[in-house]
Amino acid sequence: MPSAEPLLAARGLGRRFGPSTVLRSVDLALVPGQVVLILGENGSGKTTLLRLLAGLLRPTHGTIQLGGKPFSSSDPAARRGLGLLSHQSLMYDELSLQENLVFAARLYGLKEPHLVAAAAMQGVGLAERGESRLGSLSRGMLQRAAIARAFIHRPPILLLDEPFTALDAGSADRVREWLSGRAREGCGILLVTHQPAEVWDLATDVGVLAGGTWAILESRPATLEGFLPRYRDAIRV
Amino acid sequence: MSDTLRAALALAGKDLRLEFRSKTGIISAAMFAALVLIIFNFSRDPTTVSNLDLAPSVLWATFTFGAMVALNRAFHLERENAAFDGLRLAPISREAIYLGKLLANLVFVSLVEAVTLPLFILFFDVDLSGALPGILLITLLATIGFVGVGTVFSAMVVRTRFAELMLPVLLLPFMVPPLIGAAMATTRLLAGRPLSDFAGWLRFLAVYDLVFLTLSALVFWAVVDE
Amino acid sequence: MNAGTRGRGAIRGGLAVSAIGLLALAGVYVLALKHTPVEIRQGLAQKIFYLHAPAAWSALLAFGLVGMVSVLYLWLQDPRLDLFAASSVEVGLAFCLVMLTTGPIWAKPIWGTWWTWDPRLTLTLLLFFIFLGYLALRAALTDRSERARFSAVIGIMGLLLVPFIHISVYLFRTMHPMPILMKPSKPSLPPEMLKTLLCSFGVATLLYIGFVMVRYGLAIRQFDREEAQHES
Repeated sequence: MPSAEPLLAARGLGRRFGPSTVLRSVDLALVPGQVVLILGENGSGKTTLLRLLAGLLRPTHGTIQLGGKPFSSSDPAARRGLGLLSHQSLMYDELSLQENLVFAARLYGLKEPHLVAAAAMQGVGLAERGESRLGSLSRGMLQRAAIARAFIHRPPILLLDEPFTALDAGSADRVREWLSGRAREGCGILLVTHQPAEVWDLATDVGVLAGGTWAILESRPATLEGFLPRYRDAIRV
Repeated sequence: MSDTLRAALALAGKDLRLEFRSKTGIISAAMFAALVLIIFNFSRDPTTVSNLDLAPSVLWATFTFGAMVALNRAFHLERENAAFDGLRLAPISREAIYLGKLLANLVFVSLVEAVTLPLFILFFDVDLSGALPGILLITLLATIGFVGVGTVFSAMVVRTRFAELMLPVLLLPFMVPPLIGAAMATTRLLAGRPLSDFAGWLRFLAVYDLVFLTLSALVFWAVVDE
Repeated sequence: MNAGTRGRGAIRGGLAVSAIGLLALAGVYVLALKHTPVEIRQGLAQKIFYLHAPAAWSALLAFGLVGMVSVLYLWLQDPRLDLFAASSVEVGLAFCLVMLTTGPIWAKPIWGTWWTWDPRLTLTLLLFFIFLGYLALRAALTDRSERARFSAVIGIMGLLLVPFIHISVYLFRTMHPMPILMKPSKPSLPPEMLKTLLCSFGVATLLYIGFVMVRYGLAIRQFDREEAQHES
């Protein structure tokens, strides 16, 4: 890992749910421009890791630092530096897209929430759908809407949980483009995916979670095909 | 501090916007309250029990049931699309979430009470002239008390399967002091007694509100964090 | 003490304390029935007071401890505190039941009515419901830490509710005169009655400690069993 001051760092991060230990000890350091792919089998703790880093879950043990300072879920202001794209949209079906984004902007304390919402819709190519009821959007549009909401405050740290699921090729292209733009701007991106081919070229690093910790964590190998055998070995542990 | 208030107002505003868009919640709660009043009317013998004796109890029982119906909605609507995660991700304090939900609940329950009170006056032929400001004050104080606690409990029970059943089970003991206070004060007010006769009950209600609002805000994080 | 034997000490100790307590209870009964004078106005039925008042004391003790332990749990997040609180609630519930059944049994021969809205009886009734609600919520939640946190919230809020219930029900009663429940006022109690009463308070406390120890021990063992099952 590069040695610049990390945007986001974790040491010995672990999480139990009742008697079961999902994550044992995870270390991490995310620097600007880094795009880390997180792979692993179902139940390996990928979503748990993202939720811990986003402050939605409290770690059972271990620490998280945001910009060098300790991060805990009782520190609201620090959450401004993070954005999480979850499996679900975190929005309200009965409100319009615009109303949802304005609400999100208000939650993030952004000035001129209507302008911010408009810019966010523009950024994901949904400017004409502002008045539509959120529940009426197609899957691809909903995912783009969710991206607009998750990152409306333009945080330097982007956490994404399977952003390409059920997206058609066109929407996937747009998401890829958008991610590439963010990485160029110096954001740090952690991306959980079951479809590494979609973002292989964009990634700078690859990690594989197995047995509650990293089985592999290294710079992204040149080709996915070359990597797959090692991936299969790692998850067989 | 004003960050918390701003976030709370944004949250309450969103809740109210959602509620008025669909309107089903408030209509159900208001109709429920009306039905309760009707049942009370048919379950008493007007020749033996005077209206004035029964009035405060009926009014407060109706408000109680109406409030229960209204309270569950607040956190239920955050379950769709895991919207509650969106609130927890935002850089707002847990107290802001509590305050926002509390404000929305207060507006909602007040609306149900505002529909119930005229119906009550109509059905029970009670003369409230002159007593109206007093009734409003008592109602406000008692409502804040049980909505304050109810907001915390509804956040907890929404994760269980029988939320609508669990909320009354948990909340009813906490409604007893405000209910007693409100009924006692209302009785005196309707009997034309001077303020000094029931100022003590008003103070009681106010202290209850202060204690439980503060406590609820202080423990709310335990209900929200995972 | 490794995980397999944790809790055994509490169970054994608790059973011992409970056994002593039950023997002492029998002793107090002998004391109450044979050696304590019969109260003039209430007659034999008054004897149930020696069961009724201490049960109330134990229920209140249980409740107070639940509240304080709940605060500790929210601060320290130690699961053992949660298990202790839950054990205390179950034992407190049992004592509440004793009080709620002996109350009417006492009231009927004297007042001709099963129930009176006596402030302490009403408080116990509401305590009973708070305990029940606590256990009902616990039963409805599967995640361990969620269950513990939510229980703690109820415990703390419940504890703070007690003074308000007490004041409001007491004032309610004084405004609505009902058969005034005579309680033997402490100073004018003849010494034999006082002695018996104090003994039964002691027994009730002993029984509380014994029962909670057993229940806690059982809870710890179940906790460890769940952990072990998951490892394998």
